[in-house]
Amino acid sequence: MALRVEDLRVHYRTMRGDVRALDGVSFELEDGEIMGLAGESGCGKTTLGKSLIRLDERMRHVGGTAVLDALELPIGDDRAMNRRRYTDVSIIPQYSMSALNPTRKIGKLTADLLRAKGRSYRQLRPELVRRLELVGLSEKVLDNYPIELSGGMKQRVVMVLSTLLDPSLLIADEVTSALDVSNQKAVAETLVRFRDLGFVKSMIVVTHDLSLVYQIADTIMIMYAGQVVEKAPAETIVGSPRHPYTQALIGALPEVGLEYGDKRLKSIPGRPPQLLNPPSGCRFRERCPLADRRCAEDPPVVRIADDHVASCWKVTN
Amino acid sequence: MGRYFRRKLLLYGITFFIAVTINFAIPRLMPGDPVSRMLSRHSVANPESSQALRTYFENLFGFDVPLWQQYLNYWTALLQGDLGVSIYAFPASVSSVVMDALPYTLALLLPSIILSWFVGNGLGAMAARNKWLDNTLLPIGYLFTAVPYMWLAILLAWLGGIILGWFPVAAGYSLALTPTLSWTFVLNLIHHWFLPFLSLFVVALGGWAIGMRNLVIYELESDYSNYLRSLGAPQRLVRRYAFRNAMLPQISGLALQLGVVVGGALVTEVVFAYPGLGSLMLNAINSQDFFLLQGILLFIVIGVLVFNFLADVVYVLVDPRTRLGLEGGQS
Repeated sequence: MALRVEDLRVHYRTMRGDVRALDGVSFELEDGEIMGLAGESGCGKTTLGKSLIRLDERMRHVGGTAVLDALELPIGDDRAMNRRRYTDVSIIPQYSMSALNPTRKIGKLTADLLRAKGRSYRQLRPELVRRLELVGLSEKVLDNYPIELSGGMKQRVVMVLSTLLDPSLLIADEVTSALDVSNQKAVAETLVRFRDLGFVKSMIVVTHDLSLVYQIADTIMIMYAGQVVEKAPAETIVGSPRHPYTQALIGALPEVGLEYGDKRLKSIPGRPPQLLNPPSGCRFRERCPLADRRCAEDPPVVRIADDHVASCWKVTN
Repeated sequence: MGRYFRRKLLLYGITFFIAVTINFAIPRLMPGDPVSRMLSRHSVANPESSQALRTYFENLFGFDVPLWQQYLNYWTALLQGDLGVSIYAFPASVSSVVMDALPYTLALLLPSIILSWFVGNGLGAMAARNKWLDNTLLPIGYLFTAVPYMWLAILLAWLGGIILGWFPVAAGYSLALTPTLSWTFVLNLIHHWFLPFLSLFVVALGGWAIGMRNLVIYELESDYSNYLRSLGAPQRLVRRYAFRNAMLPQISGLALQLGVVVGGALVTEVVFAYPGLGSLMLNAINSQDFFLLQGILLFIVIGVLVFNFLADVVYVLVDPRTRLGLEGGQS
C-alpha cells in the first residue's frame, strides 16, 4: 500500500467561516497505481492534491491522516513536511508554464534546488540529461532560460524536474488543461512512462477531463462537494458506474462516433452545495433523480467489489 | 544584441537632435526681449549709444543673422562645447556658470538617491517578511512620500536649523570663508550639505521601501515561488529568488532617477538656498537669460538620455527576458 488516506478534513479559512473543502476523505492507493481524480469545479480535488504536499496559507488541516510508505505525512506541519517533499511526495503543478524562475537558467535552478535538498547536482546531472532526452529535450535546455522554451517544453522540463528524485507519490494537478490536444496526449503518455520506468511509484492525476484520464489511469476516483463518491477501476467507472453522480457525469460526456446533430448534451441540473455549511446526509441528493427520505442521512460506503467502492444508499452489492 | 544597441543609439541620437532643436526654439518663442533687458540694466539714456550697445549685444549673442543661420551657428558652437555667454552672469560663459553649480547638485543628489536606494530596498525587502516592521516602517514611509516635499523641507530646515540650531539653513558654504581645499572649508561644506541631503534622502527612502516591499511580496506569491516551496525548497532559496527578481524594476528605476539628477532638485535648492543647478535655472528664468537656460536644459537632456541608455543596458544585462525579446525569440 503506497498511500492510505483516512477521514482527511481540510478547511479553508474565510471571513464568513470555514469552508469544508475536504470533509472526511478516505481512500487507498496501491504501489504503481495511477489514480485519476475527477469531479466538477469546487469538489475538492485540487485541495486534496495540495493537502498531500503543501497546504497554502488559507488551508487548515482539521483532522484525518495520510500515511505514505508506512510513515504518516505531517500535513499540518509545514516544516516537518519539507523533509518528505520532493523525495517522497512531489507535484507537477497546474501552472507549469510559470513554475520556473524566469531569471535563472534551468540548469542553475536545478542545481540550486538539489543543493538545498542536500543532493549533488554533479552526481544527478547524467540522470537528469537522460530523462530530458527521454521526453525529447536536449541537454542544451539546461543552459536556457525558461522563457526561451515553448509551453510544451516547459511542461516537460517541470515533469522531469519534479520526478528527478524518484518520489513515491506524484500529484499531477490539471497538468493538461493548459495544453493543446496533441500535447495533452504526449503529456499523458509521459506520465505513464514515468511510472513504468519507476521514476514514480504511484500517481494521482487531478483532472476534470475524464476522457483523457480514462486513457492513462488504472483507477478513477470521483469526488463531490468535498467527499469521495466512488472509486473503481477506470473501465468500471466509465463502463458501469454505480453512484448516481458518477452516472450523471459520465452521461454528460460526448461519445466519439455519435452524431449529435441538434440534440443537446445532457448536463446535471442544479449546482453543488455550499461548503460553508454543507447539508447533512448525501450532498448530491438535491440534484439526484433517485433521492428519497433516507438520503437525508449520511450514506454508507458500499464495497461493491474489492476495488470498487461507492457512497450511496441506492447502491447495493 | 549588437543590433539592438545600435538601434537604441540611433534612437537616442534622434531624440538628442530633436531635444536640442526644441531647446533652441523655446527661448526664442518666449515673450520678452533679453537684449532690451540688458540695455535697461545698463541704463543708457542716449538713444544713439543705446542703439550702438544694442547692435553690439545682438552681434555678441548672434541675433543679427537670420533664424536658420542662428540655428546652424548654435549647432556649430554646441559641438565645439561653446554654449554662449550668460546674460545673468555677464560676461561669464554659460559653461563656466553651469560647471560652477554642477558639483553642488551632484554632491547633493547622487548620495541621496543612491543611499536611499540601497537602504530603502533593504528595508522594503525586510518589511515584506516581517509583520512588525511592515506595520511600523510602511506607514512612516507612506507619510514621508505623501507629504508635500516643500513642506517637509521647510520643516526640516526649521527643525534642524532654527529649533535645534545644529545646521545652517542656507547657502552651500559659510560666506565668511573663501573656497579653498582645507579641512575647515570641507567640513563647512558638509555641514551645509547635510540638511538638504537629509530631506531628499528621507523622501526617496519611503518610495523605494514601499516599492520594494510590494515587489518582494508579489514575487513571493508568484507561481515559481510556490513551486519551489512545494518541492520543499528552504525559505532561504525562495526568498533569494524573490529578492533578485524584485530588484530588476528597482535597478531601472534607479537609473531613471539618476537621469534627472542633472536637473537638480529645484525645490530643495530654493528652500535651502543651495547654489546648485536648480537655483541657477530659477535665476536664469527670472532674468530671462535664455542662453543659460538653454545650457542647463541641454545638460538635463544629456543626463536623461545617457542614464536612460544606461538603464536599457543594465536591464538587458540583468534580466534575460528582455534579452530574448530583442533577439526576436518567442515570448
